[in-house]
Amino acid sequence: MQHPVLEIDRITKRFGPLVANDAISLSLARGEILGLLGENGAGKTTLMNILFGHYVADEGEIRVDGKVLPPGEPRAALAAGIGMVHQHFTLADNLTVIDNIVLGTESLWRWKSNLSSARARIRQLAEDYGLAVAPDAQVSSLSVGERQRVEILKALYRNARILILDEPTAVLTPQESAALFETLKRFVAKGLSIIFISHKLGEIMDACSRVAILRGGKLVAERKVSDVTRAELAELMVGRPIPKPKAEPQSPGNMVLSLEKASARRGSQALHNISLEVLGGEVIGIAGVSGNGQSLLADCISGTWALSAGSLVVDGQTSRASPRAMVEQGVARIPEDRHTEGMIGDMSITENAVAERYRSSAFSSRGLVDWRKARVFAESIISKYDVKCPGPEARVRLLSGGNMQKLILGRVMAHDPKLILANQPTRGLDVGAVAYVHEQLLAARKRGAGILLISEDLDELLALSDKVAVMFKGELSAPMQRQTVTISSLGLLMAGQGFSHAA
Amino acid sequence: MRLEPREHQSLALLVGYPVLALAFAAVVCALLVMLTGASPFQGFGLMLKGALGTQFAFFETLTRATPLIFTGLAAAVAFRAKLWNIGAEAQLYMGAVMTVVLGTGLLPLPWPILWPVLMVSAMIGGALVLSVPTFLKTRFGVDEVVTTLLLNFIVLLFVSMLLEGVLKDPMGLGWPQSKKVIADAQLPKLVQGKRLHLGFVIAVLAALAVWIVDRKSALGYEMRAVGHNAKAAHFAGIPVNRVLAKTALLSGGLAGLAGWSEVTGLKGNLTLDLSPGFGYSGIVVAMLALLHPIGVVAAAIFVAAVFVGADAMSRTAGVPSYIAHVMVAVSLLSMVTAIMLTRYRLRWR
Repeated sequence: MQHPVLEIDRITKRFGPLVANDAISLSLARGEILGLLGENGAGKTTLMNILFGHYVADEGEIRVDGKVLPPGEPRAALAAGIGMVHQHFTLADNLTVIDNIVLGTESLWRWKSNLSSARARIRQLAEDYGLAVAPDAQVSSLSVGERQRVEILKALYRNARILILDEPTAVLTPQESAALFETLKRFVAKGLSIIFISHKLGEIMDACSRVAILRGGKLVAERKVSDVTRAELAELMVGRPIPKPKAEPQSPGNMVLSLEKASARRGSQALHNISLEVLGGEVIGIAGVSGNGQSLLADCISGTWALSAGSLVVDGQTSRASPRAMVEQGVARIPEDRHTEGMIGDMSITENAVAERYRSSAFSSRGLVDWRKARVFAESIISKYDVKCPGPEARVRLLSGGNMQKLILGRVMAHDPKLILANQPTRGLDVGAVAYVHEQLLAARKRGAGILLISEDLDELLALSDKVAVMFKGELSAPMQRQTVTISSLGLLMAGQGFSHAA
Repeated sequence: MRLEPREHQSLALLVGYPVLALAFAAVVCALLVMLTGASPFQGFGLMLKGALGTQFAFFETLTRATPLIFTGLAAAVAFRAKLWNIGAEAQLYMGAVMTVVLGTGLLPLPWPILWPVLMVSAMIGGALVLSVPTFLKTRFGVDEVVTTLLLNFIVLLFVSMLLEGVLKDPMGLGWPQSKKVIADAQLPKLVQGKRLHLGFVIAVLAALAVWIVDRKSALGYEMRAVGHNAKAAHFAGIPVNRVLAKTALLSGGLAGLAGWSEVTGLKGNLTLDLSPGFGYSGIVVAMLALLHPIGVVAAAIFVAAVFVGADAMSRTAGVPSYIAHVMVAVSLLSMVTAIMLTRYRLRWR
């Protein structure tokens, strides 16, 4: 075996009683993509923070090219050629690409910055590594995929030879992810080494040559990707077998949602003449590349945005564009973004649990909220939906993504909804939580609720939906029976074939 | 140097840091007192005595704290909902204007009726002043920091115009002042021969009322929700704009009460120096109190004690009374820093 470029040697890090990293040893060879797989809280981020000098390990050391990396010094990590691409981008929106890349690499005392040579170097890097980006474009005008390329260029510009990508596909569409994997393969062919952090099995299988699995702060296994199956990886990561969601056939009930020739517009997003019906006891999946109007459709059904034309009927009644009216009509709304829309992070679990119904007679009378009843309600959600938390008074910000989603599920399912709008309900969740959400959605289907599932995860759509429709540029295809569609036929529709707008 | 968010805030932390902050402020101010040539121990001693040491001083401090409680509550209520009301000064003056318009003889009512009428009108006056910027904010997205701040000057000029015109006291020897409010409008003194008046008790009751609204009522919950995350509040079905409008009415109303209580309890009439910046100091009070309504009472008494005490110190020890402003400012800065440190941990690497 080649001499490793990076060796992580028995790294241990404790936070109080919690052992976040327990004697983890890993090595990374030149020209290799190592997947780092683990659920949220398995210790991936802690390990990378130690590698990057943000934390100091309690025990163990890190060697780059055989030389020990001084602990706790991000500068030393940068100088040793370690570059990190964070999940949440660290770009200044109002600066150009070139400014963002050069930012921080020049001395503050320089009279003027040498942008032309920087520009030439960026062009060269972009060409060598296949990262097409216009250097003078303003970052705010770039798509998410382009921004990620800028982040990677930033690392390369600083001569990174070991690239760490933290959940790089969390914000990408399937197409963009595929393009990213191609780019990464080109990188390693040129001699870079990559650590690819993810909790998505498919990506690890597609992108990596080797995978290390962390669970509960321990390295539980290291495998060659060619020697392992998805199911095995899932079991290693979670520590127990993961059941596949199974939707049993059942006969649909009454119409719970009917959209007729619905149109809406918000900025560059639009809906054109959408017609859609959801019956009780069925799951309608909406596929589509992100940004084709799915969020706007979801907002219209959530009551946060009004249709400009057409009608929206829930359970036989025409709906007003008001979140409260939608809740009262029996719509359970699972929003796309848990943190900014779903929950109020700085408030308690109790306060969040009743956010949709604090004015109802169940929780308040004459303008006063009965917090005792609210707490009982929150406790019932915590126990019924297995929300892991210190108690109903804990701030929601402290919950993991999966537990936050369970809390949202509990909040919206408590009142026996007729229609469930699930917008990206499993985005960013780990395998265990994903399985749990799927289970709950299917249980609601069994009880007779109609479900509108908007997702960018085609596997999820095909596993849960009775019918699938595709959105493209604000139009919606006719729903197709699940048995009649394949990933490739959906892919063609997602690319616009068969739509009137398609070129 | 970096900041790491703390996952848990222990009680020791929550109490310890603010105490440390005030101690730090005391040390800084001691150095400043030394610069003027006075002994800091003697200086602080004089201050303490001047603010709390005698019965007279103590009542004087409470008198000074009364308008600060009202304006502090006004700021706390608004800031909790992230409505940045910097205009309590204007709202205070508008409350005072309403009080003298109705209370100087226009409504010859007995006190049990006149008091509530004047209180409600003062609240309406203050609330109206804040309603305009709030409407502009919710409707057109105009920044309320700018509009409420600038309204302070507009309202002060408006009051000046009234005092030179329709509200001018014909018996006032030409001074820009209004007539005195009638006897039935005046608040009684709490202690015979002292300036402390019933307004202080009403201010404390107002703080209790705000606290109950905050903890128990749906409105209090809505205001906190909107303040923490307006987008999520909207998604959950909380009518964000209506909540902001109600917040503005409450906040502006509380500031208006400050004007009412100063006129009916202390000054008797309206002049242009009714408030030496109570509206602005209210912001400091609210921040020192961490926006907690009961904390506002304590913070208002603290700030009032510093001002009253510094006056006494300057008379006796020759330290300029500007030290009061410095002390309040240093306390505020160290308190804000302490609050940050209860939420974040400082790492030197």
